[in-house]
Amino acid sequence: MANMSLKKNEMPVQDPKVRNHNFEEVALGYTEEQALDEAARCLNCKNKPCVGKCPVAIDIPAFIAKIREKDYEGAYEIITRQSSLPAICGRVCPQETQCESKCVRGIKGEPVAIGRLERFVADYHNAHAKAPAQKPVPNGHKVAIVGSGPSGLTCAGDLVKLGYDVTIFEALHLAGGVLVYGIPEFRLPKTIVQKEIDTLKALGVKVETNMVIGKVLSVDELLADGFEAVYLGSGAGLPRFMNLPGENLKGVYSANEFLTRVNLMKAYQDNSETPIQHAHHVAVVGGGNVAMDAARCAKRLGAEKVSIIYRRSLEEMPARKEEVEHAMEEGIEFHVLTNPTEILGDEHKFVKGITCVKMELGEPDESGRRRPVVIEGSEFTVDLDCVIMAIGTSPNPLLHNTTEGLEVNSHGCIVTDENGLTSRTAVYAGGDAVTGAATVILAMGAGKQAAKAMDEYIRSKN
Amino acid sequence: MFQILKKQPLNPTVTLMEIDAPLIAKKAEPGQFIILRVNENGERIPLTIADYDREKGTITIIFQIVGATTEELNHLKEGDCLHDFVGPLGTPSHLEGLKKVAVVGGGVGCAIAYPVAKKLHELGATVHSIVGFRNKDLVILESQFKAVSDKMCMMSDDGSYGEKGLVTDALKKLIESGEQYDEVIAIGPLIMMKFVCALTKEHNIKTVVSMNPIMIDGTGMCGGCRLTVGGKTKFACVDGPDFDGHLVDFDEAMERASMYKPFERKKHEDTCNLFRGADR
Ligand SMILES: Cc1cc2nc3c(=O)[nH]c(=O)nc-3n(C[C@H](O)[C@H](O)[C@H](O)COP(=O)(O)OP(=O)(O)OC[C@H]3O[C@@H](n4cnc5c(N)ncnc54)[C@H](O)[C@@H]3O)c2cc1C
Ligand code: FES
Repeated sequence: MANMSLKKNEMPVQDPKVRNHNFEEVALGYTEEQALDEAARCLNCKNKPCVGKCPVAIDIPAFIAKIREKDYEGAYEIITRQSSLPAICGRVCPQETQCESKCVRGIKGEPVAIGRLERFVADYHNAHAKAPAQKPVPNGHKVAIVGSGPSGLTCAGDLVKLGYDVTIFEALHLAGGVLVYGIPEFRLPKTIVQKEIDTLKALGVKVETNMVIGKVLSVDELLADGFEAVYLGSGAGLPRFMNLPGENLKGVYSANEFLTRVNLMKAYQDNSETPIQHAHHVAVVGGGNVAMDAARCAKRLGAEKVSIIYRRSLEEMPARKEEVEHAMEEGIEFHVLTNPTEILGDEHKFVKGITCVKMELGEPDESGRRRPVVIEGSEFTVDLDCVIMAIGTSPNPLLHNTTEGLEVNSHGCIVTDENGLTSRTAVYAGGDAVTGAATVILAMGAGKQAAKAMDEYIRSKN
Repeated sequence: MFQILKKQPLNPTVTLMEIDAPLIAKKAEPGQFIILRVNENGERIPLTIADYDREKGTITIIFQIVGATTEELNHLKEGDCLHDFVGPLGTPSHLEGLKKVAVVGGGVGCAIAYPVAKKLHELGATVHSIVGFRNKDLVILESQFKAVSDKMCMMSDDGSYGEKGLVTDALKKLIESGEQYDEVIAIGPLIMMKFVCALTKEHNIKTVVSMNPIMIDGTGMCGGCRLTVGGKTKFACVDGPDFDGHLVDFDEAMERASMYKPFERKKHEDTCNLFRGADR
C-alpha cells in the first residue's frame, strides 16, 4: 500500500539556534522507520520520470523498492551501479531541480524525498559494511589523475576496479577537492569524504598530495613517465572579483579564501594555526551554494549579523533550496535585488561599510533568467566589517599554460568530446575544469564517462 | 616525507635549512617559492627558494623567526621531517639578457636576493650588490654575496658593520657616481622596496621587486595574496612574486600584510610558552 501523505517525511535537524554556533552536521538523517514510511510514498511509476532527470540515470524506483523490502544493501548496489559517491550526493545534490522535480507525487503535494533516501541507504551501508575491499587483479597499465575532487576520485575508482595502476596527483596537502576545502563540515562531514578516499586507497589507488601538476611535473612528463592516459579533474578554483573600489581592503575575502581558512585549515578550531577574522557584521555577495556556505560559516564563527546580497530575486537563486531554508532558519538575512557598488574602509584600511543599489528584473538574458537592472537613485550604505565575494570561479589556467596543444574555450574551460577526450591524445578531462563551476553529480558522472573511454583507449592501443 | 638534511643558524633569528625534495629541486628557478607545513594542524607558509642543488636533490630555505610557525620550524632538527613541502610555485625571475644589475637586499630578504645575484653572475652580468641589515649581529650571506658580485656595499642602520646608512643611500651614491644599470632588483621589507622604487623612478631605472604577501594555497585558488599592480588586481602566487616595482601599490600591500598581526603575536607567544614548558 502506497503512503498517500502529501508531505515528505521531515528531515530531523539540529535546532537552528543551537547549530548556528557549532560546526556539527545540520541534517541528522532519516531513521529506518522514516525511511520505510517515505519509501512507501513512491508509486514505482512505469515511465520513471525521475530517472530522466538524474544526471547519471540512477534507477531510482528500483532502489526505493529495495528499501521497502528492507534490503538496504540491495538498494546500495543499485545506486552504486551509476554513482560512486552516494553518501556525498545524497547530501549535496540539488534534488529539487533534478530527480525530485519530475516526481509524479510532486504534482499534488511534495515529491518523494529521493535525496534523503539515497543518503539513508549510503549511511546504512557505511555503518554496516564489513568486508574489506578486495584488491582487483592488476592489468599492468598505469594511469594518472590530476585533482582529487569528486570527478578525479570517481575516475580513479572506476579505473582501479578494472585493474589499472592509478595515481592521483593533488595540489593541496589533503585530497577531496571542493568536498574538503569548500563545502563545510556541517553540511558534509569530512569523515565521509575521508572514507571514500580510504576505500580507494584500500583498492590500491596511490594519492600523491602536494603535487601541483604544471609546476613540479607537467602532463607531458606524466605521459613520458609511463602513464598511458591522464585525466584532468582540476576543477574551477580561480575566484572572481567584481573589481569594485575597496575590494582589496582588509576584511574582504573571496569565498574560496574564507572557506579554505575555515574548512581546510580548520580556523574554527582553537588549535588551528591559521587565522580568520571574527567579524560582527558580514555581507556575502552572491546567491549560490558557495554564498550560503560562507554566510553560515561566518554566523558560526560568531558574527551577530550576516547578510546575503544578491542581485536577482529569491526565485533565481542557484543555491539548493534546502540550504537557503536552513540559512534563513539560522538567522541569515537576505537582501535580494541588491548589488554592491563600493566597499568602504576606515583610516586603517579595514572594511567599515558597503554601498549598494537596488535592482529590478527586466527582460530575460541568455541564461533565461530575467536580467537585473539598476534602479536609479536607489543607492544606500550599510555599516559592516567583513565582505565575502561569492560571485563565481573559473578554471585555473595552469594546466592550459603548461600543456602544449590543450585546447580551452573563451571561459578557460578545457574543451572535450562527449567521452571526455581533450584536444590531446591520451589526455581526458571532466568536472568543473570542463563545465565551469557546476555540481558534484555532474563532476562524478564525467569522471565515470572518461574512465570508460580511457579504458577503451588503452585496450585498443595494446 | 621531506627530511631536513642540514640546519644552520645564520644569526640569532635567521636559520638556513636544506630539505630533501628531489622533484622540486629538479625544476626550481630563482624567484620561485615553496609552501610548507610543519605539522598536521600547521598553517601553510610560503618561503622563497634560497638555493637548490639539482644533483643532491635539495632545496635550501632561509627563514626569520617571526611567528608561531617559523618558531616551530626552528625547533626541528636535522633528520626531522616537514609534514608538507610543495613547489616550485610562482613565476621564475626573468634574468636573461641583463648586462648590469644592482641587486638590493634588506635583512632576511638577502636570502632571496642571493640566488638572483648568483644566477646573474653565472649568466655573465655585472652584479653590484647592496645589502643592508639593522646591525652587525644580523648580517647573513656576506661571503656568498661577495663571491658573485663585482661590487658589494654592506650597510647597517646603526653603523656597527659596513657603512652606516640605508641601502637607498648606497644605491643613490652609485647611481649619482654615474653607474648605469639595466635594472635594479630589490628584495626586502616592503618599506625598503617602496623607497628603492621611489629613488629609481626619479632616475628612470627599471626596478623589479619580489612581493611576499599572506598566502594560503599558492596556486591561484584563494586570492588572499592579491595586490594592485598598475591599477589591476594581481595574484602574487601565480602572476608573481616578481613585479615591476614602479607599478606596485606598496601602501596597500603594507596594510594587507598587517591583517592578522594581533592573532600572529598571540599565537607566537603561546608557542614560545609551549616550548619553554617543554624545555624545562
Ligand atoms: C563552497 C561550495 C559549495 C558547493 N556546494 C555544492 C552542493 O551543495 N551541491 C553540488 O552538487 N555542488 C556543490 N558545489 C560544486 C561542487 O563542489 C563542484 O562542482 C565539484 O566539486 C567539482 O568537482 P571536480 O572534481 O571537478 O573539481 P574540484 O572538487 O574542484 O577538485 C579539483 C581538485 O584538483 C586540484 N587541482 C587543481 N589544479 C591542479 C593541478 N594543476 N595539479 C594537481 N591538482 C590540481 C584542486 O586542488 C582540487 O583538489 C559547491 C562548490 C563550492 C565551492
Ligand atoms: S595564495 Fe591563494 S591565490 Fe595566491
